[in-house]
Amino acid sequence: MTWSFWKTFLRTVAGRAYPRLIGVWREKSWLIFDVLFPLLQVSAYVYIYRAIGAPPEFAGFAVLGGAMIAYWMNVLWSMASQLYWEKETGNLQLYLIAPTSRMAILLGMALGGLTATTVRAVGVLLVGTLLFRVPLEVSDGALFFGVFVLTMVALYGLGMLLSSVFLLWGREAWHLSNLFQEPVFLFSGFYFPVRALGFWVAAAASVIPTTLGLDALRQLLYPRLMEQFRFLSVKAELAILAGLSILFLFLARLGLRFFEDLARKEGRLTLRGQ
Amino acid sequence: MKRLGEAWQGFKVGTWLGWQIESNWTEPFLFAIYSVIKPIAGVLILVFMYLIVAQGGLTNPLFPQVFLGTTLYLYVVNALSGISWAVQDDREHYGMLKYVYMAPMHLYGYLLGRGMAKTLIATISVLITLSFGIAFLRVRLSFVNPGLFGIALVLGLAALAFYGILLAGVSLLIARHGWVVGDVVAGGLYLLCGAAFPISLLPWPFRALGLSLPPTYWFEALRRALLGKGLNPELADLPDSAILLILAGTTFLGIALSLAVFRVAERIAVHRGLLDMQTMY
Repeated sequence: MTWSFWKTFLRTVAGRAYPRLIGVWREKSWLIFDVLFPLLQVSAYVYIYRAIGAPPEFAGFAVLGGAMIAYWMNVLWSMASQLYWEKETGNLQLYLIAPTSRMAILLGMALGGLTATTVRAVGVLLVGTLLFRVPLEVSDGALFFGVFVLTMVALYGLGMLLSSVFLLWGREAWHLSNLFQEPVFLFSGFYFPVRALGFWVAAAASVIPTTLGLDALRQLLYPRLMEQFRFLSVKAELAILAGLSILFLFLARLGLRFFEDLARKEGRLTLRGQ
Repeated sequence: MKRLGEAWQGFKVGTWLGWQIESNWTEPFLFAIYSVIKPIAGVLILVFMYLIVAQGGLTNPLFPQVFLGTTLYLYVVNALSGISWAVQDDREHYGMLKYVYMAPMHLYGYLLGRGMAKTLIATISVLITLSFGIAFLRVRLSFVNPGLFGIALVLGLAALAFYGILLAGVSLLIARHGWVVGDVVAGGLYLLCGAAFPISLLPWPFRALGLSLPPTYWFEALRRALLGKGLNPELADLPDSAILLILAGTTFLGIALSLAVFRVAERIAVHRGLLDMQTMY
């Protein structure tokens, strides 16, 4: 790969990330809705915990889960479904004829989406923490940051993989994204420790990076309480997340090539309103 | 009479089209699974929260109340989001709203029909989720008061449909926030109306707001009818007839308000040329 390839690659990444970054500030009222909407759900779960007399740390579980949901929703609707939207608006052809790497386009989407979503997730975390006086104390800041970063790499790697799979679909893409909400909230343990599902179910759910990421982050925030609820040790979860990151990025590269070829052969790349 | 006929025609077409849009993207079997997985997953989140924390787990006296409220909430989210989303979908995605408007049928009836399709889907989900709860979670529904159940269900669904129309009116005038309007209002109702916890836990301004909203009385009436008691201590002293009266009053008020808001919004949308707006948001 030449210098010119990498230059184009990086320019594509920056070019695709740009609209997502600028979009956050273009319509500022979206930020209010993006924080308010997940916060409504989080608040309901906090009150459910209060109604059954849960310790205050469980409110922290719900708030942290609500913040992490912002990333999962971004992966579903702005990564996995993105090429479907582009097909519907007639932009997909432009992407495909552009003299650049498709992986660079997906990477730009991921980086832009990740940064924009972080603004929302921080909003949910801050407002939720202050509103419900949630105790938050990170026992190991560096490890916490490491777990978060690896979770995001693996999660957005999964988003890139799903994006290539969704390339084949029409309205199914929209409905599948819709379907991957509540069931994933359940199996990833967004609102309760995933160990409650049992070891093997939690192990199967670990294919979604937020399952291990949330468990590890909760262990670092509430070490004492999580002693009885933890799924695996933080180090083991960190190692699995690193493995998932590499696996998903590799599969995304393969998947993109395979599904683009298939969609080309079946004439699905330009189908709209399907 | 002619307008009534047009509204009926719109309702029939809207129901048929809504059903096709929602269901014909896949095989009927897959669609049935899709319609069931989401609500059951939502209920299972609550189940595991109870199993981990609540004293007695699923035998905790609050659980059947919370289960029923969360299951019935499916109607709220489907009716509210469904009708307001229909405006966005037809206008921005399919570019068909202008043709619907030109057709010899009433837009109001058409949107109610789109809501009817979502309500039918919600009914399937509600019935299956209730069966799941009875079979696997040992929830006992005793139909203590079938009359109360029937009247409250119809009144509540009518209220939700017309709130959906109100939001559809708002959606006619906006582009950038259209996708979120129904979900935010439905999310707000989940929090404020005691769907999953007693509203006595809310700070007083929110509690007062919750007490002014019809779904609060709807959930309370249906709980009393199906479980024999309600969830909210604030409403414990009110007899069933008072709950129904408040529900009926607020429903008719809501219908009048939605008619007024939609008419004004429709007029503004036509005047400003918003019916064929395509902003790509």
